[in-house]
Amino acid sequence: MTSLSAKALNHKSLNEQIRAAGKEVELTDVWGQRFIAAGLSDKELTIHGTPGNALGAYLDGAVINVCGNAQDAVGDTMNAGQINVFGNIGDAPGYAMRGGKIYIQGDAGYRAGIHMKAYKEHIPVMIIGGKAGSFLGEYQAGGVIIVLGLTDDMKKIVANYPCTGMHGGKMYLRSRCKGIHFPHQVTTRIAEQKDLDEIEDYVREFCSIFGYDADEILDADYTVVTPDSKNPYQQMYVAN
Amino acid sequence: MKELLREGEFRNPSGCAIAAEISRDGRRFNAEKIIESMIPMHDRSNGLGGGFSGYGIYPKYKDFYAFHLFYDDRHVKREVEEYLKERYEMVLSEEIPTRKIPEITDEPIIWRYFLAPLKSVLRSAQLDEKEFTARVVMHINTKFRGAYVFSSGKNMGAFKAVGFPEDVGRFYMLDTYEGYSWTSHGRYPTNTPGWWGGSHPFALLDYSVVHNGEISSYDANRRFIEMFGYKCTLQTDTEVMAYIADFLLRREGLTPKEMAEVIAAPFWTTIAQKSDEDKARLTYFRTVYSSLLMTGPFSIVVGYEGGLMALNDRLKLRSMVAAEKDDMVYVASEETAIRIMEPDVDRTWSPAGGEPVIVKVKDGAY
Repeated sequence: MTSLSAKALNHKSLNEQIRAAGKEVELTDVWGQRFIAAGLSDKELTIHGTPGNALGAYLDGAVINVCGNAQDAVGDTMNAGQINVFGNIGDAPGYAMRGGKIYIQGDAGYRAGIHMKAYKEHIPVMIIGGKAGSFLGEYQAGGVIIVLGLTDDMKKIVANYPCTGMHGGKMYLRSRCKGIHFPHQVTTRIAEQKDLDEIEDYVREFCSIFGYDADEILDADYTVVTPDSKNPYQQMYVAN
Repeated sequence: MKELLREGEFRNPSGCAIAAEISRDGRRFNAEKIIESMIPMHDRSNGLGGGFSGYGIYPKYKDFYAFHLFYDDRHVKREVEEYLKERYEMVLSEEIPTRKIPEITDEPIIWRYFLAPLKSVLRSAQLDEKEFTARVVMHINTKFRGAYVFSSGKNMGAFKAVGFPEDVGRFYMLDTYEGYSWTSHGRYPTNTPGWWGGSHPFALLDYSVVHNGEISSYDANRRFIEMFGYKCTLQTDTEVMAYIADFLLRREGLTPKEMAEVIAAPFWTTIAQKSDEDKARLTYFRTVYSSLLMTGPFSIVVGYEGGLMALNDRLKLRSMVAAEKDDMVYVASEETAIRIMEPDVDRTWSPAGGEPVIVKVKDGAY
């Protein structure tokens, strides 16, 4: 494993050193450098410190472990690979991601999974271990978003306006979602066994990474949210 | 030589960085850490503005209004001093000390005064001293070309310039001042050319505002606030915010929480879910102060004597993180800036849109 101190490196030279390093890279003293591992494939990165915005943008197969919190726009437009955050994450993680996985142990900020999409076998997955902020899955067009709500606070599993403009993909919230308002272009129902079968492998993987008991976490009521219209924008425009 | 364009003379259709640190115990510390906190956020600014506000920095002169001014030339300086001396006892008039560094150039004359309003003048004006002083600031900023008051509170001061914030902090030697609360700003102007006076913080009396974002309701807010004697001269949205803070907190006597409910008012659908008491108050605010609702993306820190408030727009279209450690509270656009100030915080959190972070220093400690 190559160990790299990011101290006093700007994002450009830091990324150059990561690309020049071996297959496994450990970064220390990371102080907010943006675009770390942008477009990276075929490496495993472990990050100590606080990575800056757009971590793993356009990620193309690499694996990133963040030992702490991450900032905004993690995995922007990522294509493949995996990002595991051992902490909380900022706003807009997984913006327009179209493949790969983002697993977050703690809470997510606003607009997690905004405009996630999918194509054939490319199905992006995001799991939020804690609670999600407002506008979760805004304009979601594909992929799977799972929120487990494992943090021990009084907050609702998701804040205001989840699924605004959602028109594809699937969302799972580990809660009966009483008192949570969804927009009228989506359908909510309690997950059946076949719904849970679709996500069991992902949840088991999440639990093995972060050290939870998967059987216990799977044995709960999940609310499944899917869009119910082929043309979700129709009602937003004047008919003419 | 081509004259530098002023704010208001040019408009091209903001990314910025903000940070704040405050001791709830009123402990005073210098600006070294908050200056450092701006370094990892360097790319959020473009070198066209940086600034800081410090509270509790003038204990020796705490009963006097500390006016900080930019002057274009000696002539206008003489005129303004004459105007001030007719209205105030001037206990000290001095150049604000600066460090000459290559990163900061073209500085105007930068002067400060410690002032006490003359009793006789106050009596004949029939105004309390704060209102009188606010009007004096407005008068200088609109009537004296080439003079600009950029700080006018007691026991506090704003310091700003064209440059990157970390350089501006060194330029003003802020490591030599001690305050219980500091706010800072790195600017990426998108609407105006970037002039010394247009840098943040914007301050009036002891209220100061640093702001990341763009207020799309600027003109509606400006038209409303100008009815109350405030003059917006710079076309930058943050200026109007500073005046709104002064209007709501000082003149209308609202609490910081109530101010947040006015400028980042909840949506009607959210209000409908509240208790009857909250519903009545929020409906009242949205009705009476409807022109002070601020739309568009923003994250701001409003500083004032004995505390501060950090706030996001209600849709949270700009980033903001808060943290605490013992008596300290930190706020910044990015968590990494907080970790620079205090690597080992007890707790970090992301305030929701429209949910203010209000920090009050212990009574008697400032």
